Amino acid sequence: MTDTQLALDRVTRVSGVRGALIASAGDGLVVAEQLMDGVDGRAAAALAGSLVGRLVRTAEGAGRRPPAFVQLRAERGSILAAPCPHDLVLIAVVGPDANVGLARLEMLDAASRLN
Amino acid sequence: MSDDIRTLTSRLAEEPGSLAFLELAEALRRRGQLEAAVKVARGGLSRYPGLADAHDLMAHILSDQGDLAGAFDAWADALRLDPMRTGALKGIAFLYFRAGDSTAAIDHLQRAAEADPDDESIAQALARVRRESRARAQRTSAPEAVVEEVSVAEPDTVFEPHPIAVEEPPAHPVEPSSPFADLDNGDALLLVDANGLRLAGTLTAADGAESGDRVAAHLAGVSREAARAARLLGLGTWQSITIESPDAHFVLVPPTGETILLATRETSLPMARVVLVADRAARVARQWLERVQ
Repeated sequence: MTDTQLALDRVTRVSGVRGALIASAGDGLVVAEQLMDGVDGRAAAALAGSLVGRLVRTAEGAGRRPPAFVQLRAERGSILAAPCPHDLVLIAVVGPDANVGLARLEMLDAASRLN
Repeated sequence: MSDDIRTLTSRLAEEPGSLAFLELAEALRRRGQLEAAVKVARGGLSRYPGLADAHDLMAHILSDQGDLAGAFDAWADALRLDPMRTGALKGIAFLYFRAGDSTAAIDHLQRAAEADPDDESIAQALARVRRESRARAQRTSAPEAVVEEVSVAEPDTVFEPHPIAVEEPPAHPVEPSSPFADLDNGDALLLVDANGLRLAGTLTAADGAESGDRVAAHLAGVSREAARAARLLGLGTWQSITIESPDAHFVLVPPTGETILLATRETSLPMARVVLVADRAARVARQWLERVQ
């Protein structure tokens, strides 16, 4: 199993996670994915990748270091994102009852291992 | 020393690592021995910093002591560990109500009601807060009615942890030119329109320079993009974005469909607390926008 597959496997095992993927932050292209039916991986990659890019610039504009973790919380779930080395971003789509705390820890750990 | 406190003290002495401190601190609190209760609760918290019950109990004690800021922090810690903890939601609702922020009080009570729909005391507290909120609004528009309404208000026992006193609206209404002036750290709040222009607030960068306009420009379109992402992934309306940087916590919330609010704090403040700060600032921003538009 490759590093990217291992990373996705760890994240998707967390309760409430509907899917996870690794995308290129610059152009939003999907590098690897593990998604449940009904989750549009390409849309998640493109939208989350673009949003994370804006938020990185926002943090830098405020004179702060780039984000290590981002959560977009919505009525029926969240999009989680952890920027990785090599201009990649690890993204997860989770339901409203997901264990976001555990998913966050797994994503931060997985992102740090993707070298 | 009463028998129950003696028994609990002995039990804790025999098993210092047990959870007996919870019962002992609560017994001391009920007897009004608040200093002793704080000591016992602090000792327990040092052993069990991840126990929501312990933070909840500490909040009750601090609230009894009149340390409302400390109580708020302790309930926020309890909620961070257990977001659906009704005791903490009710406690924070109580503090917001005391501070004159009925909207925030109702928000927290509604969350408590969702977490425990069978708890009648929550529904009663919600009804009480809504009634008092309407009364406050009427007093604001008809000041001559204040004395009479306050005098007929009945003591309330349903809104635990404490009865609600009928209070006047906040003494210092927010100035139209400075919506965040009355909030703690109001200099780290920024309200931005859909085009990336700063509407209100300031932001100081880590090097001390003013960075509000630059950050506002980067936030142009973030609200639309977040709305699109949430909608296309079937997640409904977006509510907040939390951003963890190694040296700062940022929270974005949409006070209205056309604006976005950024709250930033140092990483020493837990993210859940920064979300509370942002939610409160968003309510203030909404009121301010209604006034200035």
